[in-house]
Amino acid sequence: MAMPLESPISFTNVGRIRWWQRGIFASQTGYVLLALAVLLVIMHFASPYFFTEGNMQNVAKNFSFIAIATLGVTFVIITGGIDLSVGSMMCFSAMITSMVMTELSAPGSPAGALFVHMAADGKTVLAKVPGLILLVSILAGLGVALVAGLVNGFCIAVLGLSPFVTTLGMLSIVRGLGYVVSNGRGSFPGGPDADYFYALTSGDVLGVPVPFIYLVILALAMAVVLHHTSFGRHVFALGGNEKAAELTGIPVVRVKIEVYVICALAAGLQGIIISGWLGSAPANMATSYELNVIAAAVIGGANLAGGIGGPLGAIVGCVLLEVIRNGLVLAQVSSYWQQTLVGVIIILAVLVDRIRSRMI
Amino acid sequence: MTSAEATPVLELTGIGKEFGAIRALHEVDMQVFPGEVVGLMGDNGAGKSTLVKIIAGNFRPSHGEIRFAGNAVHFSRPLDARTVGIEVVYQDLALADNLTAAANVFLGRELKRTFGPIALLDHKAMAARALELFGELRSETRPDDLVKQMSGGQRQAVAIARTRLSNARLVMMDEPTAAISVRQVEQVLGLIHRLKEQGVAVMLISHRMPDVFAVCDRVVVMRRGEKRADKPIHQTSPEEVTALITGAKEAA
Repeated sequence: MAMPLESPISFTNVGRIRWWQRGIFASQTGYVLLALAVLLVIMHFASPYFFTEGNMQNVAKNFSFIAIATLGVTFVIITGGIDLSVGSMMCFSAMITSMVMTELSAPGSPAGALFVHMAADGKTVLAKVPGLILLVSILAGLGVALVAGLVNGFCIAVLGLSPFVTTLGMLSIVRGLGYVVSNGRGSFPGGPDADYFYALTSGDVLGVPVPFIYLVILALAMAVVLHHTSFGRHVFALGGNEKAAELTGIPVVRVKIEVYVICALAAGLQGIIISGWLGSAPANMATSYELNVIAAAVIGGANLAGGIGGPLGAIVGCVLLEVIRNGLVLAQVSSYWQQTLVGVIIILAVLVDRIRSRMI
Repeated sequence: MTSAEATPVLELTGIGKEFGAIRALHEVDMQVFPGEVVGLMGDNGAGKSTLVKIIAGNFRPSHGEIRFAGNAVHFSRPLDARTVGIEVVYQDLALADNLTAAANVFLGRELKRTFGPIALLDHKAMAARALELFGELRSETRPDDLVKQMSGGQRQAVAIARTRLSNARLVMMDEPTAAISVRQVEQVLGLIHRLKEQGVAVMLISHRMPDVFAVCDRVVVMRRGEKRADKPIHQTSPEEVTALITGAKEAA
């Protein structure tokens, strides 16, 4: 048997682990991907509309709407934590973004005077620097997410509160703040930069929806971070054995805070993108989305006990959920069945993985 | 060796530790010299683990002073102890099951290659170095296998390989031979001999009398938070050590 390295050891007792018993082939993500492929084939025969360009664009757009937040929550799940505040976070970031944008675009207000001026006709509002309002308002939206993520991380890593309770509290706090700042009315992106905003959130490039492009870029970045940086290594180590991580000198507190910040930022970005597609940020936006996001992550193979998960699984989970939803609509099945089916799939996915790990 | 033996690598004076009303350690003095293997024995609750955790930087002592290679040191976390050259092999081995052998060996001190501002893991170099270390330990362990799929002996090798990485001057082993096969025990004891040859001081915390008498130069017995004996191994016997551990004999 040829060894790839100049080996100082001869392996007489220890066999090599076969290729189908390692990596993606031995992971839940692998089976779910296979199940998804089967489902796509079934859908192709079940409905002639499924593989049309329009429907594919729809599917790609729809799953991108939860997939970015799923990437974020996957980081947290790999460390063995959970973040229930993602749904509220989406709403709050979107709301702050559109409120700041509206505020900065009002020529009368003191802040607005810095960014816009009236055109000669007295009606059209012009931006002093095109795009600057957009930049500032998105940064504001992500800024509040950053703060919420820091608070989550601080409570969990430094004060030692349980992630479930902390983020459950944050779910309520952030949703409540959303109602407070908007007075329950929701807000709309407006002003001279609104067109840029819509182009960046719900436009498409050569027929590909932009949220999907962001998703692919972020997923690739996440794959590199998880598998090729020491931060990613530490995230996995934390989920595998937190005590070991601490004993080997990994900065556990910092890594934990960082994953909750990443998760909150991903949720914030996701919310901003959704509000571009909706054209507004209503105060009840993304209610209970945290359940979809966590369900997608778990279906895709992230283990709530920690230590396992990745961007491919997160995306596969989201795609599977969306294909089922889309399929049920095309098959003219009542959409009320969707939730029931999603529940069945969560349990099935985890069950199959359990059976497999018993068999080895 | 005489000059090296003159300065102990580790010197404890008057170490005490209280947890609330419980006195876990009281007035422990101890010296460990380079290239020396010291057995630390005692029943459960005798204070062995507390002592080890103080030396490893997990706890701060309530009283007393720690000197490492002649300098007074204060550890506020395990990393501080590791920086000066103290490594611990924990009883539960402190391995992350979901990572590969190489990843565990390099956990917390990954080798990286920098591309401008970005530092990426150097998987190849880590695997090669880990394989070398497993070779030194004569353990049939593949660097890219998951620890989850490994035998007890292989896990031990991974945990010990970790201490070899940093060229530590003091290695503390907490029950390294408790849960492994006879052949693996031989290997672990062989490794302790090799550490000794390289001038590394080893503290062996063990319940297994034969192992202690096979490799140690000196044995320290703890009972009820105090040091009851500190003797060269050839001046004592398993019977005497047993008596000291159980309290049948108060001190020696």
